[in-house]
Amino acid sequence: MSAIAPKFRLSYFIKSILDNVFWIVILFTLVGIPVLMVSMFYFPLPVMNEKLTSPYLMLTTLADPSRQIPLLKSVIHSDFFRITAFPGFGFAALLAAATIFIERKMLAKLQLRVGPFYCGKVEGILQLMADGLKLISKEIIIPAKADKPIFWAAPVLFVATAAAFVSLIPVAGGGWVVADIDVGLLAVFAVIGFFPIITVLSAWSANSKYPFIGGIRALHQMISFEIPLILSVLGIVILTGSLNLTEIVQSQIHYWWIVFLPIGAIVFFIAILAELERIPFDLPEAESEIVAGWLTEFSGMMYGLVQLGSYVKLYAFAALFVVLFLGGWNGPMVWPPFPEEIIKDGITMGPITVHLAGLPLLDQQMINDVLWFVIKTMGVIFVILLPRGVFPRIRIDLLLHIGWYKLIGLSFVNIFIALGLLYAGVLGPGGIL
Amino acid sequence: MATQLPPGLQLEKLDERIMTLNVGPQHPGSGHMRLIIKVDGDYIVSCDPDPGYVHRGEEKMAEYRNYIQNIPHLERPVIHDSCNILYPYCLGVEELLGLEVPERAQYLRVIASELNRCVYIQYWLAIYGIFLGHSTMFMWPAGDRELLIDLLEKITGARVTHAYFVPGGIRNDVPANFEDMCLKRVNYFEKRIKEYAAIFYDNPILISRTRGAGVLSREDAIRLGTTGSTLRASGVDFDLRKKEPYDAYGELDVHSDVLKDGDSYARSKIPWLDMFESCNIIRQALQKMPKSGSVRVKLKPNPKGGNDEVYKRVESGRGSLGCYIVSRSKPEPYRVKLSVGSFRNLICMPYLLKGEKLGNMPAVYWSLNYWPVEADR
Repeated sequence: MSAIAPKFRLSYFIKSILDNVFWIVILFTLVGIPVLMVSMFYFPLPVMNEKLTSPYLMLTTLADPSRQIPLLKSVIHSDFFRITAFPGFGFAALLAAATIFIERKMLAKLQLRVGPFYCGKVEGILQLMADGLKLISKEIIIPAKADKPIFWAAPVLFVATAAAFVSLIPVAGGGWVVADIDVGLLAVFAVIGFFPIITVLSAWSANSKYPFIGGIRALHQMISFEIPLILSVLGIVILTGSLNLTEIVQSQIHYWWIVFLPIGAIVFFIAILAELERIPFDLPEAESEIVAGWLTEFSGMMYGLVQLGSYVKLYAFAALFVVLFLGGWNGPMVWPPFPEEIIKDGITMGPITVHLAGLPLLDQQMINDVLWFVIKTMGVIFVILLPRGVFPRIRIDLLLHIGWYKLIGLSFVNIFIALGLLYAGVLGPGGIL
Repeated sequence: MATQLPPGLQLEKLDERIMTLNVGPQHPGSGHMRLIIKVDGDYIVSCDPDPGYVHRGEEKMAEYRNYIQNIPHLERPVIHDSCNILYPYCLGVEELLGLEVPERAQYLRVIASELNRCVYIQYWLAIYGIFLGHSTMFMWPAGDRELLIDLLEKITGARVTHAYFVPGGIRNDVPANFEDMCLKRVNYFEKRIKEYAAIFYDNPILISRTRGAGVLSREDAIRLGTTGSTLRASGVDFDLRKKEPYDAYGELDVHSDVLKDGDSYARSKIPWLDMFESCNIIRQALQKMPKSGSVRVKLKPNPKGGNDEVYKRVESGRGSLGCYIVSRSKPEPYRVKLSVGSFRNLICMPYLLKGEKLGNMPAVYWSLNYWPVEADR
């Protein structure tokens, strides 16, 4: 139980840290800096303070940190930063990691346990990191009869598709979205359409019985729930008159669509539970029937990638729910404004003055938007996680019955409500509200 | 059919529509056994249970040990129900040796046996919950079980493998203030298990899944020789505590519940109702128990039975549990045979699973109240 090794001595611990620091310093100065300097000559560097950066100019940032600010600005506004960090994959992965932690602790509290407790001292906050390290260090075993290229590609494709889905979600006003396209909602459904294909490919290529059954189940489930998923948001498209997700959010400044289209919201929520393969719809991974379903033959980091992909997908669906029904980033201003004299004059530290103007991190509106967006998304994620502690697994015939008979019927009712509101002149283009 | 070829090798010979699944012994939903299931699409065409992975030869081992030495290892097949599996053995040896059990020991045996039944059912219920994908129902019974395990530890000194019943009474008397402690815990336990209704038994998804799954009619239940909760869920009122009262059960008021549906839901509900009944029996026994007195008859070292044979049976957590002992005037029994409820409930599994959906397999399988280790002995 003890987390400390039996022969622990503080002096050994400090000595080992100093050893590591020594070697890091030696390697960095003797190898790292020369390699960095040499490689800088071969790559184009950004324009900084209206002059082309050179490796020598870059070196001066070590002496004067304020020279890094323009570089930071150019990085933040680059596509690379948007795709990898914010509002793209990095942001989504961070929220997904938070989701896993919240799920474990919440489920543990519900089940009268403590959950992750030792890793990271504070309530097991580093448990995910430990699990990730364990998965990375595990051997990847491929079944002998598997179709190897497709089997290898499946986890990567799964994460890539989830990341593509994330890139369509607008996070804050002022263009904080990776791909702001006019047919955003259509693109979302095009991306979602890849998930059943990847699932079936990975299940079939494993050439094993349980993954095959799991893959077929996943195919049935995803395809039959995609139809109510698409139909349930048709009401919003009718009332907004746009497929662009940013415009859909802007149309909800005064009221959220969940107020007028609650049936659509409920259908959409149930459909995303099924799309995400979460309890009570986790049949493709039903443990007691088909081992782990289509994930059975994945081992090591391949399994880790699929898990990462599915949690990123969970974030993306929750964010889509927020964008469509809960008003996206709209919310009252709660973030305090940044002191203006610092933005105008910069911070003076001794001989150096750092000018911060133009950094988006100081934009009060943008931070407020992101705050509201994250709060709403985490709320939706919490509600998505909750059934796991309450419901058992549903059976495949009952699941398909719900999908084809009930949800599709309800989503048509939702469309009629939207059309009624439109033709009565209450909402929509030219409406009184 | 499966009889011509060794199990697991028939896939190539069969129709291409039919897929053979080896559920177990390394499958998370199998327990210590294998089910050879053939599926046509989502429907199970045939099911061939293959127990025997945990056969330990308990009955043969019993022939080389004397009557007292047999106690700790005969309880091994069901360590979660270790008092009840020793019960028929002790009753049988007492009859062979002509021992009269003191009254206080009889009541304490009843209390320990009912506590142990609750512990077993909680464990069973936890696995039934996780088989249906309900993780809260896995954790709650597994946690509440600790209440009674702690109590049994205070009585017997061990958490699960109690070895508490000995021929001629019980191993040792209960600690002081046992009555209060037991009553308090049992009352709290009853309050806790009432909450399972809200999260599990009244859950609409659970009901839609298990209602009508694996229906065993009253006639089939009798014909196939099922016992315990499986039999009582099919509408047969058969409980050995009532029908053939042993020890102090004759002086207690026992009501065992009977349901008529015979499906997986009814079979899973009977053990839960049994736990309430166990709490009632414990409370009655605590009232009627003599407050002091001897708890064990003194035995000669190495006692010998006559040239005799005896069969005794009790109601365990899984139904009637019989023990047949043959004695040939030696310190060791000539033959010990356990007739366990698990194996008798296993027999109806191929009948129930045929034509069922694959998703119903765990729900039907575990509702039979079958403990693989006990069936193998």
